[in-house]
Amino acid sequence: MSDPGHRSGAGHDWEDGSPERLYVITGGRSGSLASGELDLVTLIVARSAPRAGMQPEHAAIMRMCRAPLSVAEISAYLSLPVSVVTVLVGDLLAGGDVLARAPVARAQLPDLALIEAVIDGLQKL
Amino acid sequence: MDFRSSEPPSGPSLADALPETTTAAVKVVIVGGFGVGKTTLVGSVSEIRPLTTEETMTQAGVGIDDTAGVERKSSTTVAMDFGRISINEELVLYLFGTPGQERFWFLWRGLFEGALGAVVLVDTRRLEVSFDVIGRLEERGVPFVVAVNSFPGAPEHPLEELRAALDLPGSVPIVVCDARRRDSSRDVLMTLMRYLHSLAVTPEAS
Repeated sequence: MSDPGHRSGAGHDWEDGSPERLYVITGGRSGSLASGELDLVTLIVARSAPRAGMQPEHAAIMRMCRAPLSVAEISAYLSLPVSVVTVLVGDLLAGGDVLARAPVARAQLPDLALIEAVIDGLQKL
Repeated sequence: MDFRSSEPPSGPSLADALPETTTAAVKVVIVGGFGVGKTTLVGSVSEIRPLTTEETMTQAGVGIDDTAGVERKSSTTVAMDFGRISINEELVLYLFGTPGQERFWFLWRGLFEGALGAVVLVDTRRLEVSFDVIGRLEERGVPFVVAVNSFPGAPEHPLEELRAALDLPGSVPIVVCDARRRDSSRDVLMTLMRYLHSLAVTPEAS
């Protein structure tokens, strides 16, 4: 009786992705990658198991971040826009519930050692 | 089985979990028109099945450089497919496919921020999207290579002819690939990395 094409989110009574649902999840706040410290590939790691009484989306993020997971992957698994996920992850960061491992950003010029590491890794594919 | 349990989405399977030692991530962007094979390329080299992340135009702002039109609540959703390659115990590479058409450039801000570089995936039957993309990347100072996805039945052009058609500087690599093949897609990424390496070793004379 289940619809395999439909992945219901934490608030499964809501239509996925409806503006109302997204508004409730973030309390009306919106995040932006451009303004925040979080990147699509910032790796998030939970510092503990979720606490009782946490908002379901926060708890879900903490559960899936037992191993490092990028903001983009969290967004994909939660079926929530990145702008919503950055708000939720920001809450958890502020509360000390998760840690963020900042991405290696390209500086003015690419870092030689970094590029060489990627080349080595790709050669093993 | 209760499919309506309150258990929220659980995240990656155990097999898809990154090792605890992973400390850093880098990203590369695959950009091109619809149907050019971005997701195919990402999928052929990714160690996980490509995932999809969505962004809505309302939140990112429709106006690129001003607030005009923001109050119009269009809620177009744009999906980006992405994949992942573990480089070593510490480093992971993410590949994001993003549409090249100008109306999706609002996605680019967060996407290209800190990206190592880009692959412009080209379909020789539709070169016009690539013009805009290449110009935009040059403007933003994002290093890129061009990969021509060889579709069966697509007209074959000598690469130098394509280079001229795309008005591509002689220093920018251009290669032919078959995005369905893992080794071919891997070679495209290698081409980009070797190009980035050359840029790091011999920075353009100022």
